[in-house]
Amino acid sequence: MALSNYHSYKSADEHHSKLYWLVHDLSIFIGRSLKHIFKNTDQLLGLTIQPIMFMLLFRYVFGGAINTGPISYVNFLMAGILVQSVAFGALTTSLSVATDLQRGIIERFKSLPTISWGVLMGHVTADLVRNIIQAIIMISVGLLVGFHPTATLWQWVEITGIVLLFTFAISWVAAIMGLVAKTIEAVQWMGFFLVFPLTFASAAFAPTSSMASGLRIFAQNQPVTHVIEAIRALMIGTPVGNHAWLAVIWCLGIIIVSIPTAGYLFRRYSGR
Amino acid sequence: MDKAIEIKNLTKSFKNVPVLKGINLDVERGTILALLGPNGAGKTTTVRILSTLIQPDGGEVFINGYNAVKNPNSVRASIGLTGQYAAVDEYLSGYENLVMLGRLYHLNYADAKKRATELLEQFDLVEAGGRIAKTYSGGMRRRLDLALSLIATPPILFLDEPTTGLDPRSRLAMWAIIEQLVQAKTTVLLTTQYLEEADKLANSIAVLHNGTIIAQGTANELKDKVGKERLEITIAEGHNFKQAVSAINGQAISSDEKKRLISIATSGAVSEIKRVISLMENHNIEIEALSLHKPTLDDVFLNLTGHKTTKESEEE
Ligand SMILES: Nc1ncnc2c1ncn2[C@@H]1O[C@H](COP(=O)(O)OP(=O)(O)OP(=O)(O)O)[C@@H](O)[C@H]1O
Ligand SMILES: [Mg+2]
Repeated sequence: MALSNYHSYKSADEHHSKLYWLVHDLSIFIGRSLKHIFKNTDQLLGLTIQPIMFMLLFRYVFGGAINTGPISYVNFLMAGILVQSVAFGALTTSLSVATDLQRGIIERFKSLPTISWGVLMGHVTADLVRNIIQAIIMISVGLLVGFHPTATLWQWVEITGIVLLFTFAISWVAAIMGLVAKTIEAVQWMGFFLVFPLTFASAAFAPTSSMASGLRIFAQNQPVTHVIEAIRALMIGTPVGNHAWLAVIWCLGIIIVSIPTAGYLFRRYSGR
Repeated sequence: MDKAIEIKNLTKSFKNVPVLKGINLDVERGTILALLGPNGAGKTTTVRILSTLIQPDGGEVFINGYNAVKNPNSVRASIGLTGQYAAVDEYLSGYENLVMLGRLYHLNYADAKKRATELLEQFDLVEAGGRIAKTYSGGMRRRLDLALSLIATPPILFLDEPTTGLDPRSRLAMWAIIEQLVQAKTTVLLTTQYLEEADKLANSIAVLHNGTIIAQGTANELKDKVGKERLEITIAEGHNFKQAVSAINGQAISSDEKKRLISIATSGAVSEIKRVISLMENHNIEIEALSLHKPTLDDVFLNLTGHKTTKESEEE
């Protein structure tokens, strides 16, 4: 058997700097999570079809009953549906993290001489990539059903930036949820508690001004609304106001708090 | 002597329940130590501390000369771990799993690929190598899991019940691989429920029970502890088994009422055997069969811990 050369495989550690290996290991974890996306085609399909169904549902069924003033409902809806799909999609990070914990693969990574928290970074980064794909599909379908954006190229860059920043922020929150929930089942109910109120009690499907006062105060001031309002305004050329800045500040705040929290929970996790 | 693993006075509690109460254990480089113990004895806990997954409460652990608490990354670079439950990435193929792990150990890409191919061959996974691990059977996953811990050819290997769930053929193959690894100067600490396995593979056996090592030595040394020979008598049908057990009084190491079997520690001297026979005759109990054999590790285990080995019923 091939054991005569057993000790001929040597770590190439000394040949490169610490920074090189950090980037190297991160890229392996990211590559792993990206492969997961494309090998788990059922999930990818589900995550893409669901928001499209929502969009068609609201566009053709509920849309007529919601008053969005001079803006056509499909133009109003696009930003909301996009952000909602990002928020739901982030739950795959929670699921991936919980699955990795349950399957014991995190234990294995932790026994390696590497940055094992990179596994979280991998899932979060894969979320960014998947969201870009989903957003492109969704906007294309939107164009088919009457969505009429007026954004300039620069505004599209701004929109992309906000979407990615929001995805990154909410994916880290999702990673924390995965670490706290530890099981796939727990992720599912936790996810709905977080994502449903944040996306429905927002400006996603109806103007906040139409809501009852208690709900309205929440809806007008929560981060998801700022993100939606900013994206919508940029898409269809209405005044952006403070929404863009508030959205960016909220996202950065969430990122600054959630990364160390996730890191702490990850380090503290000690099996079963 | 060159010690690959040194454990000094190791303690660990979970929520104030002590699991390890001061373990001392050394493993010499290039040898196999088998850690034996009933369910819940703390075997997995010990392995998890040695592989830096959890922190000990007290005591010191040196792996390859590195302190496991102060220098975990050096320890990690020296070890391969196969945990009790297979930990493979289900959405990657066997080959991709191996290459990924090889690269995380910082093998260069070409080496990682070469080594992955080698291991797939060695573990009889060539055909399945390109399929995602989700489609693997339990035994295939286990083999992949073992292959993963060998990807970077670590000098020290921890195997937590490596052959549980393998069919007899795969188990033999695994044993052969472990033996070759040791020939290549790898140090192995394995836990097992199969006494036969410890007997066959290990240079040294340590029995963990109630949080301490209650016995350590070679298989033969441990067997000597419970008497040189084992006298087994079968009590004839229709005779009082309980009375027979109490007549032997304390000398009986174990008795099995279903099989009507009493097993007695003895030096093997004819006079001792005669004494047992006459004792039964005095009580008018008929002996149906009598045999003398060397104690097995099962006898040792039972004698030391008062537990039957849990997997006994599954043994072929
Ligand atoms: N994370 C934990 N939290 C609480 N208790 C734990 C934890 N891990 C292990 N224990 C307890 O420690 C004891 C030893 O467990 P361990 O898994 O080390 O046993 P083992 O010897 O490997 O058993 P088995 O043969 O069943 O695998 C058990 O009573 C177990 O319940
Ligand atoms: Mg165990």
